[in-house]
Amino acid sequence: MKVARALMQQDLAHLAMSINSKTASDVERALNANTPSLDDFMALISPAGSHYLEAMASRAQALTRHRFGNTMQLFVPLYLSNLCANECTYCGFTMSNKIKRKTLSISEVLTEIEAIKDMGFSQVLLVTGEHETKVGMDYFEQTLSAIRDKVSYIMMEVQPLKKEQYETLKHQGLDAVLVYQETYSPQQYASYHTRGKKQDFLWRLEASDRIGQAGIDKIGIGALLGLGDWRVDSAMTALHGKLIQQHYWQSRVSIAFPRLRSCEGNSTGGNALTNSKLPNERDLLQLICAHRLFNPQAELSLSTRESAAFRDGVMPLGITSMSAASQTQPGGYSEPSQALNQFDIDDSRSVPEVVNAIARKGLEPVWKDWMPFEVRV
Amino acid sequence: MLTLANHTFSSRLLTGTGKFSNAATMKDAVAAAQSNIVTLAMKRVASNSAQDETLTALRELGVTLLPNTSGAKNAQEAIFAAELSYEALGSPWIKLEIHPDQRYLLPDPIETLQAAEALVKKGFNVLPYCGADPVLCKRLEEVGCSAVMPLGAPIGSNQGLQTKPFLQIIVDQASIPVIVDAGIGKPSEAMAAMEMGVDAVLVNTAIATAQNPVAMAEAFANAVETGRKAFEAGLGATSDLAQPSSPLTAFLEPAV
Repeated sequence: MKVARALMQQDLAHLAMSINSKTASDVERALNANTPSLDDFMALISPAGSHYLEAMASRAQALTRHRFGNTMQLFVPLYLSNLCANECTYCGFTMSNKIKRKTLSISEVLTEIEAIKDMGFSQVLLVTGEHETKVGMDYFEQTLSAIRDKVSYIMMEVQPLKKEQYETLKHQGLDAVLVYQETYSPQQYASYHTRGKKQDFLWRLEASDRIGQAGIDKIGIGALLGLGDWRVDSAMTALHGKLIQQHYWQSRVSIAFPRLRSCEGNSTGGNALTNSKLPNERDLLQLICAHRLFNPQAELSLSTRESAAFRDGVMPLGITSMSAASQTQPGGYSEPSQALNQFDIDDSRSVPEVVNAIARKGLEPVWKDWMPFEVRV
Repeated sequence: MLTLANHTFSSRLLTGTGKFSNAATMKDAVAAAQSNIVTLAMKRVASNSAQDETLTALRELGVTLLPNTSGAKNAQEAIFAAELSYEALGSPWIKLEIHPDQRYLLPDPIETLQAAEALVKKGFNVLPYCGADPVLCKRLEEVGCSAVMPLGAPIGSNQGLQTKPFLQIIVDQASIPVIVDAGIGKPSEAMAAMEMGVDAVLVNTAIATAQNPVAMAEAFANAVETGRKAFEAGLGATSDLAQPSSPLTAFLEPAV
């Protein structure tokens, strides 16, 4: 568990102090570094760095276009279930929330897949709450074997699993696993996760090691910005990505920057607008550019949590993967309704509208970027 | 003329289809490059290849398609991808790319050699992307590859001919065509490679991400042609010493 061990050795209070004490000359040095260090990354996301946004954006844009070309990967989340055995104070799926619970049957999953394919997608992110007994390995295996011939790339955002379970799912067609740490501060983490298996901070932190050991193609990481100090959590995320690249060199790294959103019955994100820990759009842009400068090869992913205007603006600067026209409730593509959402989305444009916006930025949408399942097993 | 697997091609500039902002720009750039051979990633070809815009554009140009196995992490995946491309496109050509390393996308020499051998036996015309390792290139030649495609620098890096001394050894030793693939960022670098006696170059990123991809494609076409012409003309020897055109020792010659 080399990655988790290295992350646990970080002193978060020291990181916070270091970030806040960065000066203009630290930022300038970071901007001119050929291979920016973690210390440089901290300068780039620091309050001092916010005065260099234009220079950062310009460099981020050049690096992104150079590495990824004039393209934008498109994927769509598919919510399979909102059952959850955890109490997380910021999430609409939290156990004590009196919402209608629903887990899609395999035939309902296939109906959703057809709806998704009609929209043009073939890269799909399977999402569930965390309910091991009702939505566990059997369900995941059945789902993968039912859909793997119908889509080109399958990602999954579910409870952290064992290494052997990731290996099993890889052989059933799984390509990528996303496990967001939410916050890298064990104390903050404990205050938001008050019941259930998700309380186990270390089990979650060690997930990227297990995913890497299982040889999964892509590992997604991120912090839910607004829970802890976003700058510290982002420095930890940046380090996390580099450590994965170092130890699991055959896996790609994908980084996301979800900002806390309001949701049903929520006690944390509900006051998102007054939450002083929440980065604003200017902060978020600074963060995205900093990640690009620090890690030119990483996929940077942006969801429909953000506004259409922000997504359009940031598209050419660093983001390489986007979702579009997302529904965050199980069954939402074949039967849209607002009742069971995990959180509220902001960019609610249709797929053709997003595709047009991408083209207006001089980019080409990439719908498929992987071989069919039979090639990979 | 460039000869690969008993086929001749007038252009020594191979191009790619990735990183363009749309299929129309890609098509215009390939036309301006006057390329006869264009590589495309099988992983990006739509499952229903009749609907694939890139493929449609390339077919209209009438170029030879060189499907590649980009994304494959081992020999087995690359072999499956090659078979898939034969089924989908009916092409015996395959650009073998196996890069388990996800950051620099450097080719795996062991898996590449294994896959090359297997694919040659299956009847493919195999063009392997490989490190600029002269021994590996000889081994790839021995298993029956139609050419070798050593890198000048990490793919997409535009760093130029960082491996130049090794490329020169590869060129000197090879009895199959040598195509420099990856790293060439400027027309001058393409020209330099051609002057060395390389048989062809493959350029994608430098064209696709240029401000004006079509004009850049034309610049590369000219550079490749000029470089080849210079190689065929026989470059004068270089020397650290000056060679005066009126030799200092001329007085030894009998006066006329």
